[in-house]
Amino acid sequence: MTSMAQASGVGTKWLKRFYVFLFAVMAFTGFGQMPIFKRYYISDIPGLGWSADFYKTHYIHYLGGAVLLGLLAYLIVDYLLTGRRRYCLTASAWARIVLLGGIVITGIFRVLKNLPDVVFSPGFTMLIDIAHLGFMMAYLLAGLIFLIFKSRWTTGLDD
Amino acid sequence: MTRDISRRTFLKGGLAAAGALTASSLPLPSSVKGASDQELATLIDIRKCIGCEACVEACKEVNESKFPEPEQPFPRMYPSRVKVSDWSDRRDEVDRLTPYNWLFIQEATVTVNGREETYTIPRRCMHCQNPPCADLCPWGAARKLKNGITRIDADICLGGAKCAKVCPWHIPQRQTGVGLYLDIFPGFAGNGVMYKCDRCYNRIAEGKLPACIEVCPEHVQKIGPRDEIVKEAHAIAEEINGYIYGEKENGGTNTIYVSPVPFDLLNAGIEKGPGRPGLQPVADSMAHADNLAKAMVIAPMAGIAAAAGKFIATAKKATRLKEENQ
Repeated sequence: MTSMAQASGVGTKWLKRFYVFLFAVMAFTGFGQMPIFKRYYISDIPGLGWSADFYKTHYIHYLGGAVLLGLLAYLIVDYLLTGRRRYCLTASAWARIVLLGGIVITGIFRVLKNLPDVVFSPGFTMLIDIAHLGFMMAYLLAGLIFLIFKSRWTTGLDD
Repeated sequence: MTRDISRRTFLKGGLAAAGALTASSLPLPSSVKGASDQELATLIDIRKCIGCEACVEACKEVNESKFPEPEQPFPRMYPSRVKVSDWSDRRDEVDRLTPYNWLFIQEATVTVNGREETYTIPRRCMHCQNPPCADLCPWGAARKLKNGITRIDADICLGGAKCAKVCPWHIPQRQTGVGLYLDIFPGFAGNGVMYKCDRCYNRIAEGKLPACIEVCPEHVQKIGPRDEIVKEAHAIAEEINGYIYGEKENGGTNTIYVSPVPFDLLNAGIEKGPGRPGLQPVADSMAHADNLAKAMVIAPMAGIAAAAGKFIATAKKATRLKEENQ
């Protein structure tokens, strides 16, 4: 088991940085789905002119969604195969996972709704729209609180 | 067509499977149903239109109760670059789309075989099959109904005008001083309500015809199941050696125009601008979403493969380390 632990765990730091970067992109392009970037001069910032183009932010958000799904699948399977033998998830991690699950599930329904021959009822459409935003806001808030209190995602099994 | 269906089936099946990975216990709501079989489309035969505007008057009359009654004075908007859109003192304007005029007659003067001809064309929302206004509306205020109508719920819309920006024809029109935004942060978010043709959804629900179709003395328009309407449009086009607009535009719409002259000529011959849509070729605005949805099905599989690969590589490395230590 020790040998397995020694052989694994490479690149975790870079993976964390990539996850934070990916989530920042998703949050930015997600909020960009609301017509606020032009109104509040964000798209006037040099280099951010593209953020007022709803199709561009939508494209990036979708692309990020695909990468996020791939990354989450990798992390889940990696945890089940090796990670759970080396560390366990903290309570704050489980809180974040629940919120992340909410974001992903509502996001998948949002993507399904945008397919050409899929129609959701008005009430359900509104529910997934607002729930997607709500889960994201809650996730960001939880992330901020856990950052302040230095609550980590994982703890070693020996801790 | 076959390829298109199989692609969509693949996307839906794959995404559903991806969703099931995380939400297998969540039942799909009964309201989630495919819409294609039930969609109604309208056929507009441009040859028949005499530009009498009976349809425009009827539209205004039957939809009057849906028109905005804004509260004045309007809330002060922040930042100051946000401009109000007020049509309440120009309710009678009929030569373009406004919040009080959801259908207008567009005039095209074209030269065909050296002869100048004038055509009048009823213009309103195209009711796209995959409407970007509804797909990209952040609140679900713009929505597509199962019968192919795309409508904006005036009780929910905040008037951000995103729908108008993403619409290839920029159809929805804004009226400030009305709607939900007044009850939230009127100065800082939203700017009224967006209005456009709802193809008389309430009349259709009662088994009636849309007002513009019912009153037309020349029977310019007809409504029916989309496949029948498309078939009829092609039959007319073949008979008159004519042209079709709306069948393929923006990935397909539920408003099919038939014309004896090419639409690029008509497009060149009409006045275009705010509230006056063109008749230009339009690529599928939501095609990128279809393609990236496919990537969303493949990405988790790639993630799983990467994790499994890492596990195997780590196991091999661990075995080697163990052997070296012995």
